[in-house]
Parts: sequence; structure tokens; C-alpha cells
Amino acid sequence: MAAYLARRLVESVLILLGVTLVTFFLLYVLPADPVRQIAGRSATTETVESIRRQLGLDQPFWVQYGRYLWNLLHLDLGRSYLQRSNVSELIWARLPPTLLLMAGAIVCELILGLTMGIIAALRRGTATDNGLMIASFIGVSAPQFVVGLLMLYVFAVQLRWFPIGGYGTLAHLVLPALTLGILGAGWYSRMMRSSMVEVLRQDFIRTARAKGLARHRVILRHALPNAILPIIAMIGIDIGIFMGGIVVVESVFGWPGIGQLAWQAIQRVDIPIIMGVTLVSAVAIVLGNLLADLVTPLIDPRIRLR
Amino acid sequence: MKRLLASSALLAALAAPAFAQATDTYTPDPNAKEGGSIVITYKDDVATLDPAIGYDWQNWSMIKSLFDGLMDYVPGTTDLRPGLAESYEISEDGLTYTFKLRPGVTFHNGREMTAEDVVYSLSRVTDPATQSPGAGFFGMIEGFDAQMAGEAESLSGVTAVDPQTVQIKLSRPDATFLHVMALNFASIVPQEAVEAAGDDFGRQPVGTGSFKLAEWTLGQRLVFEKNSDYWREGVPYLDQITFEVGQEPVVALLRLQNGEVDVPGDGIPPAKFQEVMADPAQAERVVQGGQLHTGYVTMNVTQPPFDNVDVRRAVNMAINKDRITQIINGRAVPANQPLPPSMPGYAENHEGYAYDPEGAKELLAQAGFADGFETELYVMNTDPNPRIAQAIQQDLAAVGITASIQSLAQANVIEAGGAGTAPMIWSGGMAWIADFPDPANFYYPILGCAGAVEGGWNWSKYCNEELDAKATEADSMSDPAMADQRLALWSEIYTKVMEDAAWAPVFHEERYTMRSPRMGGDDALYVDPVSIPVNYDYVYVTE
Repeated sequence: MAAYLARRLVESVLILLGVTLVTFFLLYVLPADPVRQIAGRSATTETVESIRRQLGLDQPFWVQYGRYLWNLLHLDLGRSYLQRSNVSELIWARLPPTLLLMAGAIVCELILGLTMGIIAALRRGTATDNGLMIASFIGVSAPQFVVGLLMLYVFAVQLRWFPIGGYGTLAHLVLPALTLGILGAGWYSRMMRSSMVEVLRQDFIRTARAKGLARHRVILRHALPNAILPIIAMIGIDIGIFMGGIVVVESVFGWPGIGQLAWQAIQRVDIPIIMGVTLVSAVAIVLGNLLADLVTPLIDPRIRLR
Repeated sequence: MKRLLASSALLAALAAPAFAQATDTYTPDPNAKEGGSIVITYKDDVATLDPAIGYDWQNWSMIKSLFDGLMDYVPGTTDLRPGLAESYEISEDGLTYTFKLRPGVTFHNGREMTAEDVVYSLSRVTDPATQSPGAGFFGMIEGFDAQMAGEAESLSGVTAVDPQTVQIKLSRPDATFLHVMALNFASIVPQEAVEAAGDDFGRQPVGTGSFKLAEWTLGQRLVFEKNSDYWREGVPYLDQITFEVGQEPVVALLRLQNGEVDVPGDGIPPAKFQEVMADPAQAERVVQGGQLHTGYVTMNVTQPPFDNVDVRRAVNMAINKDRITQIINGRAVPANQPLPPSMPGYAENHEGYAYDPEGAKELLAQAGFADGFETELYVMNTDPNPRIAQAIQQDLAAVGITASIQSLAQANVIEAGGAGTAPMIWSGGMAWIADFPDPANFYYPILGCAGAVEGGWNWSKYCNEELDAKATEADSMSDPAMADQRLALWSEIYTKVMEDAAWAPVFHEERYTMRSPRMGGDDALYVDPVSIPVNYDYVYVTE
């Protein structure tokens, strides 16, 4: 186990290194000059070159990349070109809202997905089953900005159940979390359905039924714990999927997280912020996957990590 | 006899005074009420509140309320009035400006502002280490080049004569200098606060302005509180302003309709425009204002076929500007010259090139392109710009020009324009809104030889030495008595630009914003041409 963990950690570091290299390179070859953005449109050529020298952007690629890694080793993510403050500070300020949103989304997708999956499995082959599976298909395929705006319009503007965007209370969290969670809920309901159908066919369920247990007891105590196992391992992987979704969802709902930060930085070629957010997302994805792999054998003793 | 910038009546009344009180034509709103707080929203983050650095839509007017410069504008207009300078004097040769500071003005930290602060602030913004995007505006001050080259620590042209008097020497007469002194970049900052904040002055701003920063939660909100010691009598009216950032314009409008927001800082989103205007209750609260903006198509004059003036004229005649204006719901007026109508120097009688596809075809045939040609039109990839580019594409196709559209991110279009690799660019979303209300601001960077260099903003790469000389001549007329003559010369310059057809000007955007029912104050304050987008100091709540 310890050897496995050590190997995975080394792999993770290599993956992250690769991510920084690829991102740094892509931003380096991007046909847009960050110095011009900083210097403004009234700048003279001398001013532009002076800023370029000060930021070290006149250096060759490997020197720039090496310096970035060296700073990274000292936990320094650099300084934003346009906001003129430390990237780590900017990300740190925006991390709590993003984590909260993800937690909310996990709760939403589990509640929605599992309920839909269980009901569909129990009503297999009926109109309810078909209806739920169509709904889950829509959930998986609907673009998040459309879902987000629809939710805002229906539940916040028309029905006034929730505030129109923003951040602060639990009521603010519901709609963005739901929007972000709907995609996962679609997946989970399908997985839960097939897993549940599988379990319901097993002998021990028939035995439980045969010994006269109430139907809901059979489902909740015997079928569910067995059917849910494969789902739990998925949550870690979800974090990676969320990282893509938060950029859209946070922008639609005015949620002050790192997705919004990333979106604004990309529009303005603020390279240090783009690098920082990419790195943080990569760390989250790597950790999520690692977590998923570590949890699996705990849930299913047949799987062993080597 | 020293020449004074003041009203002529005042000038006559004073017998050889050392300084004249400059005029301030503003009359306070008799209905204004004090107190109350409002909520303003913006889509994008406020990057910084450092006046030497801030250059965004959202922080421009915030900085105006936190800081002051020597000069200022009459609210809602483009008329200069004195700010921290109580009066000023211009030497005979137009090279020396002497500003008398207003006594008893204090920074938010309680210290009194002196001439040394002016010296420090101007040297700071032009210090290469500050990396100010506005440094280039101060090029006329003596010692600017030496400081930029790193040969001097400060601007040699700026000196404190005594604690209440600042003298600024210019290396060339420049009629725009007083406008430059009213730019955010020329705001006066206290050295001790800048140094104490280190790299973070933009987060901990200390100025002399009408509001002070009370709270800033990164990525969420900023709260401004009234500066009760403000040196201007009676303003600001509001006690508090909350700026909520990260709000999509559509969401901001919904919240305004819900009574949660007072002014949407990004205006009415195009997608909602017709809906709002169709509802009388909402349309009544819409505020419309001219903007010092021009949207234009550049044509790279250094490369064929646009090195041929007839081709460029043909493009001007081929574009149906009225139709393009309709595409953006009529939120603009068609353009016939580079300057917008509300800019001094606008040539009223100039007709430009009328829409005439047949005439365009003839011109193309004359130029040897009877069968047209193929080219590329670069455009920024956010709505409505690609749609506008498509309309231009269709218009060009009608006269035989096949233009393929390159829809790219803003930074990439700017890069292609600067490098001179883009044959045509639709400027929408990137340029040009004036930094200050003077015709000179539309010339040097985007039409003059100085901007026609690699990486410059003159994307047509149009460089007419003769016009550059005329521009220099116009701007050396810093005597206020010659103002009309100067503006006439500028009109002539822009008319000549149109003769050479360096651009195809398309439209001047109008701003449409909204105010909640409780917001009071003149409409002009909500579409202030200088304090963009809102003049926070003079708006008030009526309840």
C-alpha cells in the first residue's frame, strides 16, 4: 500500500509537471503579447520593451519556464499582469466559494441521480423508467449555460424562490449547485439504475424477500448499499468534470470562484493567473483520481492496489 | 503680459493678476438629497484602484471618485474645470504651467496635500518601474524621455516652487496638456501611503477623492464610503456605494427589475434591449448618451490592394452603415469621419462617402480590380462584432470583394493589427473610446505615424508626414484664444484622412443604461462622457 501510494505520488508530480510545461508552452506561442496589454495603447516602443525586460518576457522559453518552476518550488505562483497582485492570493480568495459550489453540486447530483436511478430500476420497463432515463439523457447533454439561465429565469425571476445570482447564503448556492450537479445526476441515475437492476437480480435479494421482509427494507437495507458502491468511486473523478463546469456556471451565476477568475484571465491573456488556475485544477483532478483509486478497495475488498 | 486661461470677462476684470481663478460653470442640482446608499454591478473584476495603473471600464470612474487631479471636468460634460489646482497660469511661450494648489485639501489618511505630492505623483506614473499604461500621455513634460530611458529618477520638468505652488515645464507646447492633467493617471497620491502599501496600493487606495474605500472582498464586492472631509462643498450626495462584481449584464438587468440594483454598470445588454424599450415603464428609466467612440474598418495601406486609394474609397462606399446600425438595434449613429459628433473639432458639414455600391464598383474597375479581389477581415469574436463583420462581408461581396472573416480573441486581433498582418480589421470591441475629450486623442496613436510602427495601434499603418506636421502645429496652439483656430485645423486634418480613406468609419456607439426608480440627478451623469460610466459624486437617491 505504501509503495503504491509512493508510486502514485511520483506519477502525480510528473503529470503536474507535464501540465505546467504544456500550458506554459501554449501560452508562450499564443499570438498575443501580454506586454502590450499591460503597457496600454498610448505606450511607446521603449516603454513596451522596458516592461518586457522587467517581467523577463524577453528571455528564451526555457529560461522563462525554468524561472516559473523555480518560483513554483517556493510556492510562488507569480504576479498577475493586469491585477498587479499575487496569483496565490487571488486564487486563495476564490477557492472557498468554488469548494462550496462543488460540495453543493455533489450533494445535488447524488440526491437527484440516486433517487432517479432507484425509481427507474424499480419501475423497469415502465413509462416512469423511460421518462426518467430521457430526463437523465437531457441532463447529460444540455449545455450548462442554457440550464443555468433557464434555472435563473424560472426559479429566481418568475417564481422568486431564490436570489438572482450572487453569493453569500445557502439560498444563493441552490441554483448554481443544481446546474453544476445536473450533468453528474444524469450519469449517476443511469449508473445507479443498471447497478440496482443487477443487484435486484441477486439471490440474496430474493432470499430477503422470501423471508418476508418489507419491500422498502429490502431496497434500503440490502439492495442500496450494494448498488451504491460503484457510484462512490466516481465522486473523485467528478472533481475533474466539475473543473470544466465551474467556468461556465460561475460566470452565469456571478459566483466568485476560480472559474470566474479563469474566464476573466483568459479573455485578457493574464498568463500568471491562467497558469495558476490551470495548476490548481490539475492538482484537484490528480488528487480526485487518486482518492477514487484509494477508496475503491475499501468499498470492494476484491480489488487490491498494487 | 501673462496669458491666463480664464473667461475673457474675468480676465478683463483683473488687472495683471499673478493667477486667475479658472471658471467652473457647474450649478448644483437644487433637488439633490444627501444620504442613502446604492448598488452598482459590473461583469468583470476590478483589477486595481491604483490611479497610475487602472485603465478598465469598471475602475475608471471609481478611481475618479477616490482620487483627484490638478484638473477636472464639469460633471456630465467635456468642459475642463480646476480640480486640486485652484488656479493656473500659462507662460507666453506655452511651455511653463504654474498651478496654485487649493489650500487645506487632505488625503484620506488625514495629511494635507502639498506641491511635493504633485511632484511625486507625476514622477511615479512616468517611472518605468510603475509600468503604467498611461505613462505615454505625459510625453510633453520636460524630462520624460530621460526618465523613460532610466537616466533620471524623476521628471525634471515638475518642481515644487513652494508648498502651494507647482511648476510644470513642457518640452513642446501642447494644447492637450490640461486634459492630460485631468486624466486618472495624473491623480495625486500620498507617497507615504504608496510606499507603505508596497505592491498593493491598488488594493489600499488613499487619495483626496469624494469617496474612500471601506471594504473590498476580492471577486465579490467593493464598498465606497463618503469622504465627509471632501474639499468640494456639498458633494458627494451618497453615503455609500456598493459595487458588486462578477454579475453578467443580463443577470444585472433582472436584478434591477427586481429592485436589487440601482445602475447596471455595463449598461443594457443587447439581447434585452428591445424587450426593455418595448415596456414603457422601463423605457422611461433608460438613459441614452453619446459616447466618444468610433467603430471603423482599417485597411492596411502598405500592402496591395489597399495601397491604392481608390480601393479604400470603394470600400468606404460599399459599406451600408445604416444597415449595420440596425444590426445593433440602432444603438449607434452612422459615421462619416473618424471623430464622433460630441467631440470638439467634429466637422459638421463633412459628408464622407455615401453608400453607393455602383460607384464603388466603378472605382474598383478604375483601380484595375474590375473582377474584385480576395482579402481577410479580422474581427474580435464577441457579439455583436462577428455579426457586424458578416454584414460588411456581404456589402463587400456585392461589389466583388471576397473577404474571409478571421474571428479571434481580442488580444490576437490587436496583435495582428499591430504586426500589420491583417489586411482589414473591424475595430469593434477594441478601439476607440477617447481617453480625454480632445481631437488629438483620436489622431496620434491610431492615425499618426507614431502609431504606425510594429505593435502600434494604427492598424491601417497610415503615415502621412504632412498631416503629422499639421497635428503638431495644431497642438502647439496652447493659447486659449486660438482654441477655435486649433479645432478648425483638426477638422481639416480629419477631412484629409477621409480623402486618403485610411479607414472606413462605420458608426459611433451610443450608450444605453438604466437607473432604478429611486435614482436622482441629471441624465448626463449616468452617461458622463468623462466619468465613464457613471459620475458617482453627483448622483443621488430621491427617497
